Amino acid sequence: MTELKLPSLDYAALAPILIMLGAALVGVLVEAFVPRRLRNGVQLALALLAVLAALTMVILNADDRLLTAGQAIAVDGPTLFLQGAILILATMALLLIGERSVERGGAFVAHAAVTAESPEDRRQAEGGGGTTEVYPLATFAIGGMLIFVAANDLLTMFIALEVFSLPLYLLCALARRRRLLSQEAAMKYFLLGAYASAFFLFGVALVYGFTSGIPGRTAGVDFATIHAAVADSSASPTLLYAGMALLAIGLLFKAAAAPFHVWTPDVYQGAPTPVTGFMAACTKVAAFGALLRVFHVAFAGAAWDFTPVLGSVAVLTMLVGAVLAVTQTDIKRLLAYSSIANAGYLLVGVLAPSKDGLSGTMFYLVAYGFSVIAAFAVVTLVRDADGEATHLSRWAGLGRRSPFFAAIFTFILLAFAGIPLTSGFTSKFAIFAPALDANQAWLVIAGVLTSMVLAFPYLRVVVMMWLSEPGDATPTVTVPGALTSAALVIGVLATLVLGVAPAPLLDLATGAAEFVR
Amino acid sequence: MLGSVWLLVAIPLVSAAILLLLGRRADRWGHWLGVGAIGAAFVLGLTYFFQLRGLENKQVQLSLWQFITAGDLKVDFGLLFDPLAAVFVLLITGVGFLIHLYAVEYMAHDEGRRRFFGYFNLFVAAMLLLVLGNNYVMLYFGWEGVGLASYLLISFWYGRPSAATAGKKAFLMNRVGDAGLAIGIFVLFAQLGSTQYEDVFNGVGALSQTTVLLLGLLLLLGAAGKSGQFPLQAWLPDAMEGPTPVSALIHAATMVTAGVYLIARSNPIFSANTTLQLVVVSVGAITLLMGCLIGAAKDDIKRVLAWSTVSQIGYMFLGVGLGGGAYALAIVHLLAHGFFKANMFLGAGSVMHGMHDQVDIRRFGGLSKYMKVTWLTFMMGWLAIIGMFPFSGFFSKEPIIGAAFEREGWTAWLFGGAALLGAGLTAFYMTRLFVLTFHGPKRWTEDIEHPHESPRLMTIPLILLAIGSVGAGFLLSTSVPDWLTATAGLGGEHVEHEPVLAHWLITTLSLLITVLGAGLAWFLFRDGTATEPHPAGVLVTAARRNLYTDAFNEAVFEKPGIFLTRALVFLDNRGVDGLVNGLAAAVGGGSGRLRRLQTGFVRSYATSILAGALLVVAAFLAVQAGWLA
Repeated sequence: MTELKLPSLDYAALAPILIMLGAALVGVLVEAFVPRRLRNGVQLALALLAVLAALTMVILNADDRLLTAGQAIAVDGPTLFLQGAILILATMALLLIGERSVERGGAFVAHAAVTAESPEDRRQAEGGGGTTEVYPLATFAIGGMLIFVAANDLLTMFIALEVFSLPLYLLCALARRRRLLSQEAAMKYFLLGAYASAFFLFGVALVYGFTSGIPGRTAGVDFATIHAAVADSSASPTLLYAGMALLAIGLLFKAAAAPFHVWTPDVYQGAPTPVTGFMAACTKVAAFGALLRVFHVAFAGAAWDFTPVLGSVAVLTMLVGAVLAVTQTDIKRLLAYSSIANAGYLLVGVLAPSKDGLSGTMFYLVAYGFSVIAAFAVVTLVRDADGEATHLSRWAGLGRRSPFFAAIFTFILLAFAGIPLTSGFTSKFAIFAPALDANQAWLVIAGVLTSMVLAFPYLRVVVMMWLSEPGDATPTVTVPGALTSAALVIGVLATLVLGVAPAPLLDLATGAAEFVR
Repeated sequence: MLGSVWLLVAIPLVSAAILLLLGRRADRWGHWLGVGAIGAAFVLGLTYFFQLRGLENKQVQLSLWQFITAGDLKVDFGLLFDPLAAVFVLLITGVGFLIHLYAVEYMAHDEGRRRFFGYFNLFVAAMLLLVLGNNYVMLYFGWEGVGLASYLLISFWYGRPSAATAGKKAFLMNRVGDAGLAIGIFVLFAQLGSTQYEDVFNGVGALSQTTVLLLGLLLLLGAAGKSGQFPLQAWLPDAMEGPTPVSALIHAATMVTAGVYLIARSNPIFSANTTLQLVVVSVGAITLLMGCLIGAAKDDIKRVLAWSTVSQIGYMFLGVGLGGGAYALAIVHLLAHGFFKANMFLGAGSVMHGMHDQVDIRRFGGLSKYMKVTWLTFMMGWLAIIGMFPFSGFFSKEPIIGAAFEREGWTAWLFGGAALLGAGLTAFYMTRLFVLTFHGPKRWTEDIEHPHESPRLMTIPLILLAIGSVGAGFLLSTSVPDWLTATAGLGGEHVEHEPVLAHWLITTLSLLITVLGAGLAWFLFRDGTATEPHPAGVLVTAARRNLYTDAFNEAVFEKPGIFLTRALVFLDNRGVDGLVNGLAAAVGGGSGRLRRLQTGFVRSYATSILAGALLVVAAFLAVQAGWLA
């Protein structure tokens, strides 16, 4: 029996991941041992503390540039930047998830078999404040995302993918109202997610086959081996390219790029809105973080031959997102398509193989994350007796009823549309400029044109809110609790500040824009 | 202490912001805040003025922050307080304060009084920025600011179509001039790489004569627009639709003299090209005669005064165009005019106040018995403007006439003659205005029984301004030219040409022609006039129609403009809109069709992912095989 060699672990560098996963495990114990009455508060505090502790560790690790855990985890600039981004955005999402005053009992189902607003449901909501399992689930997902953006080999990446995807499938099913829609969304997400994971895994296998086909080299799926193999001209690249394509498909599915976006509208609409915000912001950061690492670190030697293909995917994604957003009648679906189009813009940044492209993409992820969580926070507030009023016709005249929240939402929509003085403008600029430098003008032209198309659905909502008379069906805006207010304030302020003075964060991103191999 | 000159701009600006932002909450005390802000600015201005006198080099440069940086273009938010700026500051805040005070009572029954004072303070702030800036961009900033305030105040009673139209007219004609000024500033930057006064004046010698001419003409276009000079004079008389204090402050005493300030400030540019000077002098001469002729035919008291403003600014343009020592003379006339014209506008306001807002001088008459203070103060203004010895206009206008006669050759006769003729005509139409208003039989409308004198708050500014009308000219003409010599290029070397006529002869002639004009008017109108205008000869009819300049504008600019607009609208509706709407319809239709692919069935989603996956894999393999390279 061969001796099992344990890899050395740099615990400080791994601390953010360990904290999140540890907190999730503790959360499971809390479910079991803390009385129901206290559970919500304890869980929320635990999750927030864990996120903050992990964030502190990320900041303390800011200068780390190392590989650890047997080369499986890379702690470098992009990792730390994206981990920080995920943790900050996750804080906002946790605040939304923890909100209990907008709706008594919260947005999450108390017991799957109990109908919403039935006496039983109300009793459960008052007793324990909805399902508190959401906190450990969300914490697991965050931990998985932290591994995902740090993974330095394809198998670790795959495990991380599953670690953060499985809790998300569950979270999607937990909506208290419109429960069938929610469960259907979760089901779809799960089935299609499993399907995409299979693509990813098959890609891993093909890449492994590619590396093992080179005489005199050890086979492996860690990025250093892949990179060396790609550089070695003696290998047959067919397996490599097929493998790359399959890996890309798996990642593009999570990133919601066309034609792998099909799940997005249904899932965004069906999932509880705080979870939708969480997915739109954090999943996007994680997916693009992984894409960046795979293409910049593992396959960089393939000389970006694949740019035209992924560029076509980007253009298709922008087109599908923008064009389909035009006819949407549900605000959550509209935001879903907007999120798809934004995946297209982000791909433009991924395809600019320069330091600026890398930092621009990371900046975009952060800026977009702040805005999109703020947008979904407003969506949680516009409600009537049946919960959130998401049909667009119901938003008509909202500006008269609740000018303050309508103004905030208008500001966020303008940011999405890329109007100057919002982060939407600076982030688009940060992505398009390096793409132009990399001679990808066609992507930029497509980006600008689709932005114009996309401005229409945004402005339609603005026009509807401000220029229509409020009708009987116009819902009111619920006064947000402290948690939602905090998330909203952070999101809106960040959108404004990053639009007016983007330099500090851009500098930070530029400083971090270097992978270790 | 002089480092805080920026306060002059900041105080009225903050006050304006408070008045406009607080809304109705400030209605009760807002006007006093407005008056106080200008009063404070005046006191500050006086302090700064005395401190400036104590300085050796008589100027203070202040660079507050970098306003614009773009490539090579660097523009400071910088101020320059020098003798020229100082006299303007005193004029703007001093006369401005009195007019603000007057307006408290004049606007007392107007619902929009607070808004009025907000705009009024905004105007003062912008005007002070205009004269205090140390580069052309700052000047332009203030220039547009006063333009905005002027527009807001002309159409202050926006409910009246005539006021709204007048505001638009002023705005549009000013745009023509402003475009000239803006392009002039672009030329400066392109040729000299800076808009800082110092750099420009030092660099102007190196420019070619053609460039200087072009530059000067562009600046002149801006100046003519703002100052209501030929050919952009038509907006100024219509601007009288605004409340009377606005006419007094903005459209008589201060803003409309900005053009004169621009030329005086840019004197190194204008002195560098003789053709340019000839153009400025011609514009001045044409305008001054035009203003007199039209002023003599008008019946609306404020419009007569407006045309007289146009004409008097013509004198100032004549002065600045003559160059050399005449720059200072023009500034003296500008300051003196600020006093007596503000005095007369406020007097006109006082008359209207007592006569139910009647403005037709054919319906006045005999008011001297009923409005003693207004009558006497207006008389001071009248004597000052016609240039009667020893009133202020005599000391300020007569030297300009004299300077015009100092030109070389036949142009001395031409421009000197024009200035002299203008003096006679001025005496005629101002006397007509004065006599028809205050003397002769009553021709009032039936509803007026006993016109009342205006309240104290209105008469005190009148009295103070009347004192200025009497004494200002003499004091200014003896002190200001020396004072201004410290400003770049002003006053300094007096180009001595022997005048074609002896000085004493010119003075005697101008006094004589003034008396003649005034006497003729007194004789003709001492018994009043018909209450309706009679058909008259060619000249009077032409003058009543503003010498057909409006008709000219209408035929040459408005009609083709309307045609062009219609053509463009047509093109826009059919061509551009068609394209845009077509595209929008295509996008919407495409969206609707694509939406059907989003069936909600997992099986079809999986199929589409599979199809996409096949395509992507195939494409990657195609790349690998080199098919897409």
